[in-house]
Amino acid sequence: MKRSLPLIFAFVVGIIVLISEFIPHRPFNQIVSTLENWFMIISGFAILLGQISLIRMNANKIANRLPDWQYHLAGLVSFALMLIFGLLWGMQETPGLMGDGQGISAYLGSKPFDYLFENVYMPLSATLFSLLAFFIASAAYRAFIIRGFESNLLMITAVIVIIGRTSIGTMLTGWLPESLSFWHIPNLADFIMEFPNSAAQRAILISAGLGIVGSSLRIILGIERSYLGGDK
Amino acid sequence: MKLSPVAERRIIFTVLLFAVALPLVFPIGWTTEISEYTRIAYRLIEETDENKVVIISFDYDPSTMTELQPMAEAMIEHAFKKNQRVIATALWPMGVQMAEQAFDKVCSHYPDKERGVDYTNLGYKVGGMVTIQAMGRSLSDVYPVDNQNTPYEEIPMLQNVRRLRDIAWISSLSSGVPGLKEWMMVARDSYQVPVTGGCTAISAPGFFPYVNEQRQLHGLLGGLKAASEYESLIGRLGSATTKMDAQSIAHLLILIFIAIGNIKAWHGKKGRQQ
Repeated sequence: MKRSLPLIFAFVVGIIVLISEFIPHRPFNQIVSTLENWFMIISGFAILLGQISLIRMNANKIANRLPDWQYHLAGLVSFALMLIFGLLWGMQETPGLMGDGQGISAYLGSKPFDYLFENVYMPLSATLFSLLAFFIASAAYRAFIIRGFESNLLMITAVIVIIGRTSIGTMLTGWLPESLSFWHIPNLADFIMEFPNSAAQRAILISAGLGIVGSSLRIILGIERSYLGGDK
Repeated sequence: MKLSPVAERRIIFTVLLFAVALPLVFPIGWTTEISEYTRIAYRLIEETDENKVVIISFDYDPSTMTELQPMAEAMIEHAFKKNQRVIATALWPMGVQMAEQAFDKVCSHYPDKERGVDYTNLGYKVGGMVTIQAMGRSLSDVYPVDNQNTPYEEIPMLQNVRRLRDIAWISSLSSGVPGLKEWMMVARDSYQVPVTGGCTAISAPGFFPYVNEQRQLHGLLGGLKAASEYESLIGRLGSATTKMDAQSIAHLLILIFIAIGNIKAWHGKKGRQQ
């Protein structure tokens, strides 16, 4: 029963949603509308579940003094701070349990939640993403080595796209006459992105689409059961 | 002189740091050529009539704001210039704050624009693609209130907007899932609402196939370069234009690193052969 009921439910819901795409009339459209509302409600609970999981996972690591437990402690403290500030004084125009916190907002210039978001979370988040530039530079130095025909092709393409996507490409070949505009580096870069890249991407997308259809059918028909948990 | 890999990496990081930082402090003012992808997106907004209601979906968080926030500001400004009314939504939780910041910045140049009349922020909704499908049936069911708790029915600019089909165009600024692809699959393919958008440079190649004759996507802004192109199209000297100098220098430096890496590998190979 524990396994059969979800399988039956997935089959019935999957078939109804599938039919509604071909027959968008009563009762299918109404049922699908209700199912969409259920999905949004369940997704809301998933966020709560994620938070509980985050607290449990981090608390376990801190309690067992696992390696780098201090970072997990910092994560939990940050989580708690944002939660408390958000609950007490709200964010932006939304008041919290203690109203708008006008005193503390006047002192900080904004609500505590917004202050931390703008001055801590945003810079940290952008910094982490920016680190990619350093890793890409280092990786390009070590990995883009000409070893054979394929790596040569990759290298030439990469160089054209890299130059073409910057202001330098415009400056380098901007003097070319209109009849040779195809060889203007930004145009070459656009050509690579529009034709060879799009062709390869389309092949990947079509394969992925067929894969999604296949795995969806497997789930609806109960062949694929890994989402239920367990081995089968 | 032979350097250890760690020393090499440190040199690369240091040189790159200066190469990125200096143009930000001392802007060069290089210009970029405007690609057709950016022009198509621009034309969609340019050719939409006044007073039409549009959606800009903030489907990203602060990690990618360097690339996507200038696009958001430029698109809002363009819509304001054309007297279009902007609804902000978010499929990512942090998108709500991103939208607020973008509105604050643009509205500082457009003091006559009024919340509820010219723009509104409907906030974040969980559910991704299913949320967009539900918006296709009824926007007020999905967003009973805006992010300031104003009921949907009391927002003046939304009086005649019941579902997605009442929207003139949708732009999703997206750094992952859910985002641009979901908007395109539902809003464009199911409800025939023109969809455009922006994404990080790294994910742009995956979206280019959708800018096709069927106009699954009405143009695409891919990365900081496209953001700076859009800024120049609307005559705005924004942050993307300034940052493009730094990006151009960084790209040039990466090319130099690639050349040095190849020379080093060639020397190594030659040494082994001898």
